Amino acid sequence: MKHRPAWLTAIGVGVTAVMLFPVYWMVNVSLTQTSNMRKSPPNLIPVDGTLDGYTVVLRQQLPYLGTSLLVGLGTVALTLVLAAPAGYSLAKLRPRGGGVVNLLLLVAQMIPAIVMAMGFYAIYIKLGLLDSVWGLILADSTIAVPFGVLIFSAFMSRIPDELLQAARIDGAGSLRTFGSIVLPVSRNGIITVSLFAFLWAWSDFLFANTLDNGGSLQPITLGIYAYIGNNNQQWNAIMATAVVASVPAAVLLVLAQRYVAAGVTAGAVKD
Amino acid sequence: MRSAVRPRGGQPRDEAAAAAPSRGPRRSRRERVIRSTQWTAWGFLAPVVAYLGLFYAYPLYRNIDLSIRSYTVTSFVSGNAPFAGFANYRAIFANPTFAPALLNTAVFVFVSIAFQFAIGLGLAVFFHRNFRLSGLLRALFLVPWLLPLLVSASTWSWMLNSDSGVVNAFLQAVGLSPIDWLTSPTWSLGAVLIANIWIGIPFNLVIMYSGLQGIPPDVFEAASIDGASGWQRFWRITFPLLRPVSAITLLLGFVYTLKVFDIIWIMTRGGPATSSTTLAIWSYQLSFGSLLPDFSSAAAVGNVLIVIAVVFALVYVRARHRLEAL
Repeated sequence: MKHRPAWLTAIGVGVTAVMLFPVYWMVNVSLTQTSNMRKSPPNLIPVDGTLDGYTVVLRQQLPYLGTSLLVGLGTVALTLVLAAPAGYSLAKLRPRGGGVVNLLLLVAQMIPAIVMAMGFYAIYIKLGLLDSVWGLILADSTIAVPFGVLIFSAFMSRIPDELLQAARIDGAGSLRTFGSIVLPVSRNGIITVSLFAFLWAWSDFLFANTLDNGGSLQPITLGIYAYIGNNNQQWNAIMATAVVASVPAAVLLVLAQRYVAAGVTAGAVKD
Repeated sequence: MRSAVRPRGGQPRDEAAAAAPSRGPRRSRRERVIRSTQWTAWGFLAPVVAYLGLFYAYPLYRNIDLSIRSYTVTSFVSGNAPFAGFANYRAIFANPTFAPALLNTAVFVFVSIAFQFAIGLGLAVFFHRNFRLSGLLRALFLVPWLLPLLVSASTWSWMLNSDSGVVNAFLQAVGLSPIDWLTSPTWSLGAVLIANIWIGIPFNLVIMYSGLQGIPPDVFEAASIDGASGWQRFWRITFPLLRPVSAITLLLGFVYTLKVFDIIWIMTRGGPATSSTTLAIWSYQLSFGSLLPDFSSAAAVGNVLIVIAVVFALVYVRARHRLEAL
């Protein structure tokens, strides 16, 4: 093993600390007393901290969190159902015109969300889908589906052809092959896509604010936005909500860090 | 199963193809197999294609339709607005907000990408040295990228607050005068740039790091045996070898940054005045951000954004072709 100089680690820790300072600051402010909020200079650590912000979250934000969870899970389900078969087809079944579909998927990712939001708004007004959770799930899935197809086709193209041929020789039809061979061996792809679909739906603000801002069920991003928009000066409550809204990101990072990195790279450096 | 049935059906054709013994039937069988696998392939693909048509193409079509008619709030619901041709486009180009919005978009995109890429690449090279804890620290670097944009944006707004923000407290502590980050026209674009660069660094770091891992280690060893310094090794070997990965990173960065909305909207709403208004923000201001939405103009602005993105993607594709031709 090569020598690993300690000074590199020291620099690394320093750089990471600078990078994560805003995250620390969010936690710090969430624990600060309202009376200390305007103090100059601000307290660098939460001396005589308070959990007031978090009790406000518990009192006011739980329904928003529930909606976000529902929207996130719905988006994951819809994304997987659409993207996994398509990824399999593009990776292994060589459909004629598959290249065009690939290109369309890339172009789809270039459309600004604001353009999509206006289009959806015009359609939802007619269909009566405005302010509904289903409409929001549908809109949020457009962020994840093209990415999901690209990730699945990247992961599934690594499945050895012999495996699929063996299944065919054993008499499995293409649906059987897909269900009992392709999907189980694509576990990592499924995890990666689910992770990103959930995170993006959970974080979405633009679709929520344009398509669901009068709804009875609103996601957590609108909960935070309502605080800021009301010129609320309870910054500990705002930041406590932000901390709670960051929990899924933290959980995913701890449990599934390698899938995150895999997703970023497979999406970008595929060919 | 199928092959047991086949000989009977295949027999007459065998006779017919007697001129080209045994080739004919085999090819027709292969054709049939290809046709059936094509059906299967498209069967698996059909849901996504239908989805793209319904939820991308149709909203996009609606958006183009919005931009070439003059919709009002009522006709937006009823759907019969007079045809306006390019009048909406001419109007937005002549609008006094257009020039600053375009300039702000250009500055926002290029400055963001330049810093995100340079810092991300620097960090990737640094973490590639594989010191103790480097894996853990690299994982922690992902945090800003995984946080909901709304969370990052509100945290930065509070940090950059003129009176009580920690950034100004720091500036004062080192003897500088505080800055009205979010409320002065001089600094608002800089403020949203800082937040956006911070958010984009992890993405660049991860991709460039994986690009570095794709370079065989013996390349570096050979260079250092030849006596190349660390600096030379980077500019002569690492950087040229990373060119394809860099190109795709920059393109993706471009496409994402062009679309940025949440961060700017939460931090400054494009203000003060138009000092941090980008095209995406402007489009939102015209539509949902206004009490009297002008969806037609907003859609026109949005379509201009799409055209810009597609033009750059085409430039990228051409550049890649030229690189591959070399």
